[in-house]
Amino acid sequence: MSVAAIGAGTGSKQNEPPQKTGRAWLPYLLLLPAGLWLLLFFALPLVQLGATSLYDPTGSLSTGYAMTWSFGNYPEALDAYKWHFLRSLGYAAVATAICLLLGYPLAYAIAHRAGRWKNVLLVGVIAPFFTSFLIRTLAWKTILSDNGPLVEALRTLHLLGADGRLLATPTAVIMGLVYNFLPFMVLPLYASLERLDQRLLEAAGDLYAGPVSTFWKVTLPLSMPGVVAGTLLTFIPATGDYINAELLGTPREYMIGNVIDSAFLVRLDYPQAAALSFLLMAVVLLVVFVYVRRSGTEEIL
Amino acid sequence: MSGDLRLTNVTKSFGPFTAVDDLTLTVPQGAFFALLGASGCGKTTTLRMVAGLEEPSAGQVTLGGTDITRLRPYQRPVNTVFQSYALFPHLSITENVAFGLRRKGVKNVAPQVEQMLSLVQLDDFGGRRPHQLSGGQQQRVALARALINHPQVLLLDEPLGALDLKLRRQMQIELKRIQTEVGITFVHVTHDQEEAMTMADTVAVMNDGRIEQLGAPAEIYEFPATPFVANFLGQSNLLAGTGGLARSGDDLSITAHGSRFTVPAARSRATGDKIYLGVRPEKLHLVTSEADVPSGFQHLTGTVTDSSYVGVSTQYLVRTAWDTELSVFAPNSGLGGSLPPGAEVTVAWNPAHAFLLDRLDGAGDATHALVEERA
Amino acid sequence: MRRHWVLVTGLLVLLYLFLPIFVVAALSFNEPSSRLSYDFHRFTLDNWANPCGPGDMCDAVGRSIEIALLATLIATVLGTLMAFALARHRFRGRDATNLLIFMPMATPEVVMGSSLLALFVAGGVSLGFWTVVVAHVMFCVSFVVVTVKARLAGLDPRLEEAAMDLYAGEWQTFYRITLPLVAPGIVAAALLSFSLSFDDFIITNFNSGTTVTFPMYVWGAAQRGIPPQVNVIGTAMFLIAVLIVVAGEIINRRRAA
Ligand SMILES: Nc1ncnc2c1ncn2[C@@H]1O[C@H](COP(=O)(O)OP(=O)(O)O)[C@@H](O)[C@H]1O
Ligand SMILES: [Mg+2]
Repeated sequence: MSVAAIGAGTGSKQNEPPQKTGRAWLPYLLLLPAGLWLLLFFALPLVQLGATSLYDPTGSLSTGYAMTWSFGNYPEALDAYKWHFLRSLGYAAVATAICLLLGYPLAYAIAHRAGRWKNVLLVGVIAPFFTSFLIRTLAWKTILSDNGPLVEALRTLHLLGADGRLLATPTAVIMGLVYNFLPFMVLPLYASLERLDQRLLEAAGDLYAGPVSTFWKVTLPLSMPGVVAGTLLTFIPATGDYINAELLGTPREYMIGNVIDSAFLVRLDYPQAAALSFLLMAVVLLVVFVYVRRSGTEEIL
Repeated sequence: MSGDLRLTNVTKSFGPFTAVDDLTLTVPQGAFFALLGASGCGKTTTLRMVAGLEEPSAGQVTLGGTDITRLRPYQRPVNTVFQSYALFPHLSITENVAFGLRRKGVKNVAPQVEQMLSLVQLDDFGGRRPHQLSGGQQQRVALARALINHPQVLLLDEPLGALDLKLRRQMQIELKRIQTEVGITFVHVTHDQEEAMTMADTVAVMNDGRIEQLGAPAEIYEFPATPFVANFLGQSNLLAGTGGLARSGDDLSITAHGSRFTVPAARSRATGDKIYLGVRPEKLHLVTSEADVPSGFQHLTGTVTDSSYVGVSTQYLVRTAWDTELSVFAPNSGLGGSLPPGAEVTVAWNPAHAFLLDRLDGAGDATHALVEERA
Repeated sequence: MRRHWVLVTGLLVLLYLFLPIFVVAALSFNEPSSRLSYDFHRFTLDNWANPCGPGDMCDAVGRSIEIALLATLIATVLGTLMAFALARHRFRGRDATNLLIFMPMATPEVVMGSSLLALFVAGGVSLGFWTVVVAHVMFCVSFVVVTVKARLAGLDPRLEEAAMDLYAGEWQTFYRITLPLVAPGIVAAALLSFSLSFDDFIITNFNSGTTVTFPMYVWGAAQRGIPPQVNVIGTAMFLIAVLIVVAGEIINRRRAA
């Protein structure tokens, strides 16, 4: 629902509310509690994360950390885990592309082909997510398991070697990512496709555009805000995810999230963990801003 | 004084932009007053200042002698019928209509609501929701919701704008009937000159945040005060000339495009030498030769360039020697045949139907409606 | 046929989304052959008859519900207030506020979870129930603001003006017109917050200390072998949520009729 709201907000620039006279303090009072909460528990932690990433790497949780402005933590962390970073970005990019390919027809079908079943299908997109995502991911583990019917069928069809498997491969991890973040693609796409006037497509047809060129020249450009919002909402969480790699993959498929998780919670190497976390945030923000600039939809921010 | 609504030097600015500019206006108690002007001229802003939804940047609004300029909307004995009706979607028709009474603490609202719904002929619709009604019905609910409070002034912001032509005509008559019945002052905003003229006792023509002219509809139409009014309310042929101060007896003697014409001094609003000579298209008569010009009439000659048959009349364009196209409406009364394009004609008019207006230096003839808004 | 291929593709994608749900529902009736086996072995109703078999699982579910209710309540109130500020007022710092709302939605969960952990550790805060609530409110607030703000933006300001014109003061206008009209947005935001909080694993994992929520329980069990009752809970969650949606839709239809 809120994802649809995000998509809906991307179409046009938000109209400015009217200036209310008097009581200039009222808006500040209204936003104080939530603003304070976000400053204290979102912004301040990021500052602390930055600080932690510069702690003396030889310290430990029990002996305490000293602030030594050890910028060297960054190149060190990057050097040790650059492949995990690249894998995360690669997996997330592939998953996002597949989500777009799968999500577009679904969103289009709901918006323009579903008739009075529109609401039912829309709920259908969200409904699977009412079940805990860990449970769903574990269900995929069952579906993809070596002696499950899917693998058996693929082996019979020789699409998979006799001892080929799905589980514990990059394919399984990427499929898990696609599965988990598909609704984040579909809902914004739906929001912008829904506003697409069918008559525009008819007009394009009337002006000698075939279905394919109508799609490229009219439908797709008009749904760009949804495409941008959807790809971002898919790519960002997919990059940071480590559940799919953990449950459907092996350490060979581990993403940067797995590393951060174990650095913080298992190895207790806080400076390095913080440096990795901060790097991840920087990379994601960089990708987001460049992408948004490129696609010319700044108002999404 | 009694219950008159009075705006004194009211100005409203939005940042650097002035929407309403030093406006002074009196609406007598019980009047059906129309505020007429093109879209964006400041009509809604004026209404909103009366309703209390917008605070004037300067000036004063009084009602029956009481200053209401700074009162909140709910403190004023004024109600509004909004442009898009603004019916509460989550409340039934009955609750929409009862809303004001309930806020004023009236205990038993049912009889009044019933009476009001029957006044607007929606007796059996009380249980419905706004979206289950047609546009015309919603409009009448909006009216009932405001009227039930017996405001001293009812403000109507283009209340018929969203209705189709036939329904609009019907509602115009209906509104007029209701106003006569309840005797409340109506301030009716519209951009439709025909609507303003058929409904109102007094029309104020607004342009660019100012009142250009105020008066009875016939008065304004027959003797417009400015070139804007002459071409906003209906259409006028305005010929550029000089001699606005050249008085001889009861007449003014003016020169336009090398010819001399006279106009009764009482029909002149000229304050300087540069003038427009104005004649409405239906006041122009076409004759085939100068010999046929009725006595006392004035005339000039030209060539018919276009004629369009519109049923009750035929509208001609006549090109003068100096290449201005005059509009002439000839009634299809069955007398006289039609004139083909290319025909040489003489255009004649009674000087008592002409009028003189001030003209800005350098301004030329103006013979077309400024705004084509006849729905 | 060309008209239909989009619809057919769409329905196939939808089927893909539902596939794990069918599996979860089926496994909820499974009597597994061994603790670590995820394959369907034998049909049984035992899991449904005895959902709290593994004792600590139901504790975890209860704790998750508690946390989700608290986080939803706080996030909905705070987020709604902020949505009003953003949608209804012009003030200095609007852009900064919008950025503050947007950032948590654009930041990977691991980063939020780990940074909060860094803060709690640096501040000597002991991890547990309340640190989880604090974290959940933090990531729910943005979604509430966005949802309620969208609803407010769609609200015609003329309706509130009409109410004031009809003798309703500021407060009356608020609770008779504004609040009822924005309510569906607030309810949607609350439901969303609840499901986000109930289902959160990553951020919780960093900040829960020894407190075990339901996702934490499932995660831990995944290493040891999942009791089939987990699938009962998963199926029940799905059914309850679908029921809520259907009930909401029926109420909507009733109102419209
Ligand atoms: N709140 C506002 N802020 C800025 N400009 C406004 C506002 N309200 C109206 N205006 C401007 O004032 C002018 C008059 O508007 P309005 O009174 O609505 O015109 P009308 O009702 O005659 O069409 C318009 O140019 C409009 O753009
Ligand atoms: Mg207006």
